[in-house]
Amino acid sequence: MTALLKLLRSAPFSARLGMGMVLITLLAAILAPAIAPYGETAVTGDVWLPASSSHWVGTDNLGRDLFSRLLFGARNTIAIAFLITALSFGVGTVWGFLAATVGGWIDQLLSRGVDILMAFPTLIFALMVLSVVGTSIPALVVVIALLDSTRVFRLSRAVAMDIAVMEYVEAARLRGEGLWWLMRHEILPNAMPPLVAEFGLRFCFVFLFIAALSFLGLGIQPPTADWGSMVRENAGAITFGIYTPLWPAGAIAFLTVGVNLIVDWFLHVASGLED
Amino acid sequence: MGDLRPDFVGIEALPGDLAEAVLGQSATPETVAAFRKELKLDLPPHVRYVAWLGAFVRGDFGNSLANRRPVADLISWRFANSLLLAGVTALIAVPVAVILGILAALYRNTVFDRLISMATLSTISFPEFFVAYILIALLSVRVALFPSIANINADMTLGQKLYAICLPCLTLAMVVTAHMMRQTRAAIINILASPFIEMANLKGLRRLRVVVLHAFPNALSPVINVIALNLAYLVVGVVIVEVVFVYPGLGQLLVDSVSKRDIPVVQASGLIFAATYVMLNLLADVLSIVSNPRLRNPR
Repeated sequence: MTALLKLLRSAPFSARLGMGMVLITLLAAILAPAIAPYGETAVTGDVWLPASSSHWVGTDNLGRDLFSRLLFGARNTIAIAFLITALSFGVGTVWGFLAATVGGWIDQLLSRGVDILMAFPTLIFALMVLSVVGTSIPALVVVIALLDSTRVFRLSRAVAMDIAVMEYVEAARLRGEGLWWLMRHEILPNAMPPLVAEFGLRFCFVFLFIAALSFLGLGIQPPTADWGSMVRENAGAITFGIYTPLWPAGAIAFLTVGVNLIVDWFLHVASGLED
Repeated sequence: MGDLRPDFVGIEALPGDLAEAVLGQSATPETVAAFRKELKLDLPPHVRYVAWLGAFVRGDFGNSLANRRPVADLISWRFANSLLLAGVTALIAVPVAVILGILAALYRNTVFDRLISMATLSTISFPEFFVAYILIALLSVRVALFPSIANINADMTLGQKLYAICLPCLTLAMVVTAHMMRQTRAAIINILASPFIEMANLKGLRRLRVVVLHAFPNALSPVINVIALNLAYLVVGVVIVEVVFVYPGLGQLLVDSVSKRDIPVVQASGLIFAATYVMLNLLADVLSIVSNPRLRNPR
């Protein structure tokens, strides 16, 4: 714990800025029901009102308060992105560790399978699958998590390959420990640092991916507030010189820039380079 | 052929019947059966796969379900439009990214490098549509320089087309340049740590000469790889940008067909995207072998 605090205190300005940005967004997401002046789908005024004291950043295409929807959108989008990333890490690391620890034909089978999946651009693949299974939230979560777990598989397999040949793993094996125990108690703790940095990157990627799908009208469906679909709903305003769509789009950018600033610093620390 | 399989199997293996999806819940079982027969959905999957593949390799993509026109007609013109967009973007982005990458490596750890690194990191984090709408707000609403909708048709001259696609190109170029520039910088800085660069420095050569003539040729292999991979990314990135600017390209067609559940069009356009993507990835591998003698001769 003290080591973590010391590390945080040594963080450069850019990383601190990133942490601040992520904290603000997380607070907004957690406290949304408490601080939002209006409900998630409540119609409270005219269409595309400019910013005023009653509507801090104006209203959207149906006259709903944009600030409230931004807060609730943070809640929905971040929760779903986090769920997907966690699921993809659960699947990816288990299979990746399994491939590295067992090796042989299981490794070959899994790796070639992942090669085939990765040969396909993710967005196109997701669009095609979603066109058939529909765009319900459970379908979205499972499809994106499975597509994303291929990347996690690659990394966790590569990391576990180096660890699986260590003496302490060999010792545990000779002691008669089972496969699950090896993966859980010998490999996982030693593979943590690269996996944590990757978690941040994958979260960013998944978050942008959902935003893109929602923007295309194939992700989270209205009336649920979500930053990507809010950009889509208000896109028409921009040609009238009303900057409403820039708010949700900017919110997406704000969070991803924050996460990237932290990950950048984390990778820098992990690589041990001086400049 | 290996690439065709996930496409077809992916669509086939999923639950839900196209006939029911198109006809809706109120359709009687007889209508559904007739529709399935018309689309040959009553045949077993492997028979349909062979028939589909056979037609596909002869250039027959089948007909669209939405408007009954041949898919090939719908796709060819739009694919050319998408290629135009991606091609023009690549022509702008590649030289700019390489030059900026060299400059950032040359003036490493100065204010210039820090600024450019911050700017590119932000651009990478931005969703494409955020960059697009900022550009529209600035260059088409504030200052009426370019049209905010990139509408082109077959009668336009090349000049008119280029003017119409200014903003989408700029959007894509900014996103792709940021990626390429960061990786070019990293590749050159990697080379700068090697002994022959120290030797060149000790000989008293100027820094610019060291970076351009000594470091860059050796960094060429990773840089070419990065460029090809980013072009592959570009092919997918056009989807969102085309939707923002209502550009009549293949990406827009794909998104429309997905929401209409027009499976033959989705299959064909998804396949073209995937094939282009795979070809560019393959090209990246081949070029990195060509530009690196060490990879050409296996030990």
